[in-house]
Amino acid sequence: MELTELAECVSSMSCVVTQLAAGLTIGMLLFLVASGLTLIFGVLGLVNFAHGSLYMMGAYFALAAYGPTGSFAIAVLAGTLGAALLGLFFERFLLSRIYGQDVLMQLLVCYAIILILDDVVKIIWGADFRNMGVPPAFLHPPFIIGGGVVPYFYAILFGITALIAVALSYGMSRTRFGRIVRAAAVNPGMVGALGINTTVVYAAVFAIGAGLAGAAGALSAPIRSVVPGAGVSILIESFIVTVIGGMGSIGGALAASLILGLTRSFGSIGFPLFVEGAMFVIMALVLILRPSGLGGRRG
Amino acid sequence: MSTSKPAGLHRRRLIGAGTAAAITGFPNIGFTQARQPIKIGVPTILSGRVAQLGISSRNAMQIEVDAFNASGGLDGRPIELIVRDSRGVPAEAARLAREMISSDAVEFLFDAEPSSGGFAIHEVVRETGTVTLHINSETSSLTADPRQRFWNAFRVARQGIHDSIAGGYYAASVARSRNLRRWMTISPDYAYGRDTTAEFVEFARGFNADIQITGETWPRLFQADYTENITRLNQGRPQAVYSCLWAGDLVTFVEQASIFGLFAQSQLFAVNMADYTTLQQVRNLPRGVHSGNRYLRNFPPVPGNLAFATEYNRRFNTFPTNWSWQSATAVRLLTTALRQVGGTNPREVAAKLKGMTIESPFGAEGTVTMRAEDQTLVDYAIGWGTTISADPFVENMQKADWATIRRLEAEWKRGKGWG
Repeated sequence: MELTELAECVSSMSCVVTQLAAGLTIGMLLFLVASGLTLIFGVLGLVNFAHGSLYMMGAYFALAAYGPTGSFAIAVLAGTLGAALLGLFFERFLLSRIYGQDVLMQLLVCYAIILILDDVVKIIWGADFRNMGVPPAFLHPPFIIGGGVVPYFYAILFGITALIAVALSYGMSRTRFGRIVRAAAVNPGMVGALGINTTVVYAAVFAIGAGLAGAAGALSAPIRSVVPGAGVSILIESFIVTVIGGMGSIGGALAASLILGLTRSFGSIGFPLFVEGAMFVIMALVLILRPSGLGGRRG
Repeated sequence: MSTSKPAGLHRRRLIGAGTAAAITGFPNIGFTQARQPIKIGVPTILSGRVAQLGISSRNAMQIEVDAFNASGGLDGRPIELIVRDSRGVPAEAARLAREMISSDAVEFLFDAEPSSGGFAIHEVVRETGTVTLHINSETSSLTADPRQRFWNAFRVARQGIHDSIAGGYYAASVARSRNLRRWMTISPDYAYGRDTTAEFVEFARGFNADIQITGETWPRLFQADYTENITRLNQGRPQAVYSCLWAGDLVTFVEQASIFGLFAQSQLFAVNMADYTTLQQVRNLPRGVHSGNRYLRNFPPVPGNLAFATEYNRRFNTFPTNWSWQSATAVRLLTTALRQVGGTNPREVAAKLKGMTIESPFGAEGTVTMRAEDQTLVDYAIGWGTTISADPFVENMQKADWATIRRLEAEWKRGKGWG
């Protein structure tokens, strides 16, 4: 533990700015993945263990699109739409058949999808790591705010992820589709009785969740190595977020993602060898104090 | 009266002809037996995140084996490589080694595993007595520790302690000329990262006592995001940063650190940067990163090295790696020993390998030696230089002095009780 360093950090403007910016950016990327996971669970009741693989596929689709076009915008779109379509495919042909089934069956089917996608990636892109690199348009010197360092690209990432979060929140709370989704999550039978095709709603929700994971993969491709199996570590963190935030709660997922991002960021100063452990400690504390999670419904 | 000959006569003729053919053909059958290939087993990693290790090792071996076979092999016996994928699992590497020895009847092993699998194979061949050349394990204790040493195991790879002495000397000298006192380290959190970093720091400070390590950060192996480690480095405001991150991990770290402007305030000493698989993956390679040579076609700047890189590129459409030159050297050492012995007797081949010096384009002075006392390769080219953004990627290479390496290595061994 290096708590003296942590104390020095929080009393220094430059350190607070640097760590805050990094923590918020990490947290928002995590939110994109976790929000899709929690949305799918909340509406479909499916624990999508293959969600990390959709994140990975988003990164590979982005990489494939960036090569010939050189456009980061197109790459992000390709990653998002590609993962959404892939998610739709799996939902229609595989996952829709196991809705409401035992979690072990869900785990088995999702694990099969993980293995299939990992092998497909190896066949198409090879087993080695790939690197997109930061697009030249974003290669600017970092912002210096109060002596702290905020990378230009991180500011862009934060902006995009925050926009997506706002759009998601607005879509779920203020649009007709959002109301139908929320209603379907609570009482699908009643939604069906009202003449709404719940199959289409479920498929759309899964595609949106998959698209969010794909968007996160595409957005992080320039700064992270893209490798087969890249979805595993992000999946574990996403599950922690989902548990802390409350299964099915988008707002809870946002809060939990930011808490974990900041824990990672400031933890690297104060307890560098216990950052991973700290996330699980937070999860345990939340489960003890509020078993339904920060944004979950009690009972 | 029938003119046809009795069937029994036909049979007798046929048997006679067959016997004659068998007798006259005997020398050919004998010759065919003499031309049975010399089987060499190669357990390595061919899939997963470090598949490049096994692929580039196998490619280089094949080039050398093809050349050996084309030149007549060992009195007509070609070499056949049996390459299998351990997937980086040490237990699987050991199992493959046993299977190759018992079922495939390989006469030699090229262990192309990293240290984790290499030590597992080391124990297998300690029991079986198979002559084995470890190709990719850089952990010093594999051959430096006398308890690990036995007659049939040799290391044909660079060694951590050699790199640390060379790197420490170079870093100390740069630190002195540029007054770099505050250093931090970022290395992967496993045995190679911890050991290599400790050795580098020990020698750098031994050469320049002004060097102070003011902080360290240990990302996990294959970590996806280095943001938290980089912000920690930023907070420490070091003048220099040492790292033994490698391959994709190093690429990701450099890309992320660049956008934080880390290299504007700190000089990076990354021992594993100068390998083509890494150099060509970094999109925005910073100028002035200090790196040891892993494999560079212009270091040593000799025609043989360039020819090796050109041939490798022609056949595999990519450039060799550090693992490639080590693999090529292993084949050259073994084939030289086989020809000098004139057979494959393991005791005789091992005895010939001990202390053997061969001409090599990868040698510091045109040769490399399998040092007899610890059965490890020495005199290979070690140098440090600084990166530039385009081919040849590294400039101002400074060659390490092997006399210094040998002297300090001997002191280091004595300090560990291995001398």
